[in-house]
Amino acid sequence: MSEHERRVGAERGADGFWAGLALPGVVWLCIFFLLPFYVILCVALGTVDPIFQTPSPEWNPLQWNTSAFEFVFDGLFTHGAAFETVFVRTSVYVVVATVLSLLIAYPVAYYVARYGGRWKGLLLVGLIAPFFISYLMRMLAWINLLQDDGWVNDVLVWVGILDAPRNWLDGRASSVILGLVYGYVPFMILPLYAFLDRIDRSLLEAARDLGASPFQAFRMVTLPLSMPAVLAGIVIIALPMFGDYYTPDLLSGAPQTSLIGNQINLYIRGGQQIPVGAALVVVLMLFLTVLMSYYLYATARAQRRLGG
Amino acid sequence: MRRFRDWWANPWGRPRFLVLFTALYLVWSIVPILIAIRFSFNEGRSRSTAQGWSLRWYTGDPDLSVLHDPDLRLALAQSLRLAAIAVIVTVPLGLALAVGLTRWRGRGSGTARGIALATLVTPEIVMGTALLLVFVHLLTFIKLGTVAQAIGHITFSLVFVVIIVRGRLLAIGPEYEEAARDLGASRIQALRLALLPMLVPAIVASGIIVFAISMDDFVISAFLSSGTATDTVPVRIYATGRTAPTPALNALATLTLVITVVIALVGFLLWRGVRAARGQTGSTVGEFAALDAEAVR
Repeated sequence: MSEHERRVGAERGADGFWAGLALPGVVWLCIFFLLPFYVILCVALGTVDPIFQTPSPEWNPLQWNTSAFEFVFDGLFTHGAAFETVFVRTSVYVVVATVLSLLIAYPVAYYVARYGGRWKGLLLVGLIAPFFISYLMRMLAWINLLQDDGWVNDVLVWVGILDAPRNWLDGRASSVILGLVYGYVPFMILPLYAFLDRIDRSLLEAARDLGASPFQAFRMVTLPLSMPAVLAGIVIIALPMFGDYYTPDLLSGAPQTSLIGNQINLYIRGGQQIPVGAALVVVLMLFLTVLMSYYLYATARAQRRLGG
Repeated sequence: MRRFRDWWANPWGRPRFLVLFTALYLVWSIVPILIAIRFSFNEGRSRSTAQGWSLRWYTGDPDLSVLHDPDLRLALAQSLRLAAIAVIVTVPLGLALAVGLTRWRGRGSGTARGIALATLVTPEIVMGTALLLVFVHLLTFIKLGTVAQAIGHITFSLVFVVIIVRGRLLAIGPEYEEAARDLGASRIQALRLALLPMLVPAIVASGIIVFAISMDDFVISAFLSSGTATDTVPVRIYATGRTAPTPALNALATLTLVITVVIALVGFLLWRGVRAARGQTGSTVGEFAALDAEAVR
């Protein structure tokens, strides 16, 4: 809440006017964002028509039926069960892809922010370009490259790393993780860049004047200062990755790379056992809410530590 | 080669590792797309061997080209239709919401802000499932297809308009509106005559962003599609990317890319023009990137 907001808002009787201005958007979000979540709950806690296999939502919370959740929790907490395997796999893929993305995003964002110089405009165009290319097209590009007779195999065989072309698109974790990193890393670079670009250079000069080497100045000034942006970048790409199903479908399509998103897609759109799909969505949301809460807590702590 | 060696050995230049790393990143990020575009112009059917140049997959082929395959043509039309609806509805709705939310202080305002931001961190598959179930079981008068898809696109792009406009609102400050009010303007007049013109750059920028994310969207469009007739370009790429691909799919993706970039470019020039006319200076690309970064945050 800035000074400006307080002054404008303070005008007598103005508050109703501003609330009225926000009203259409708020109503829209209530109908098409909040209400649907209640419907998910009602479907997950409802029943399935025994003949047609269509779900009948239970609107009355007093009559909610928890069998879909029991099914999901059974599969989630039984060692070796399907949901447990998928959930662990999803977490591993997301963590590996997020760490790789961070290792790529930070140096690139750092370079453009600090040393971009007169090339900055052009470099930024390069960093923004993926935002205007559909994610699915970027995956299509990799399908082209990773085909049996694609350029990746051509190059690897030519260099001598591989003896014969390898089938990259048939259930390989490496291909899926490559796709995830390729797809999501631009979303991490841009906020990191915006943050690093705003770091006050005089702080770095002060560190250098006090005898720090360039590396020490980076480690003790830039890196701690950029922690909030790093955390934000991780959240920005990790949350959608947890719901991704198209990347594994396109770059692998095999059951051994199936993620939580694939399971949700199967149950919800496969027609059978839609309540199980809805229950999975609820569980995923709860899990992500826990992650978000930790993020908010960690950011607050990082900011406190910086005295901000 | 010698120049490269000297540059690499020069200890006072920019950090060499970072230069190389960034260059490699940009190559890795952009070259696969260029290759995909190149194969859309392939003479032959392969998407991995260069076989001459032609427009066969755009217009030439009587059955399989984008122009003559109804599935591909309809997908492009549907993507553009949804993006247009999304821009037309979301920008005014989000503009009002942004101004309202920024200044509304009373009871409920915190919750409203929280709801708007929650849409930003909700994975698409969650929102897609939620909307699918609500249209199938509760709001059954809204049929799956274009209307449902458009509602989905508006819902998830609203928050981006709010973030961009809000950033600009905070930068402008209250003085202009206060001056207008002192000079006798009503609250609405002050909004329309003093504030709105200053928000034009933010409005143009949010229009571009909404258009781009609507064109990019896959999950919501797929979940709320009623069948092949309402499939968008990303849905088509997903459906045939692995099973029955021809370079026509690359051609379709390329066309989509070109249209998005042209719209973004026109919007960007418009935005820059407006900024220049208002006497704002500074790096336009840099500021635009900051807007974009703000939007993904």
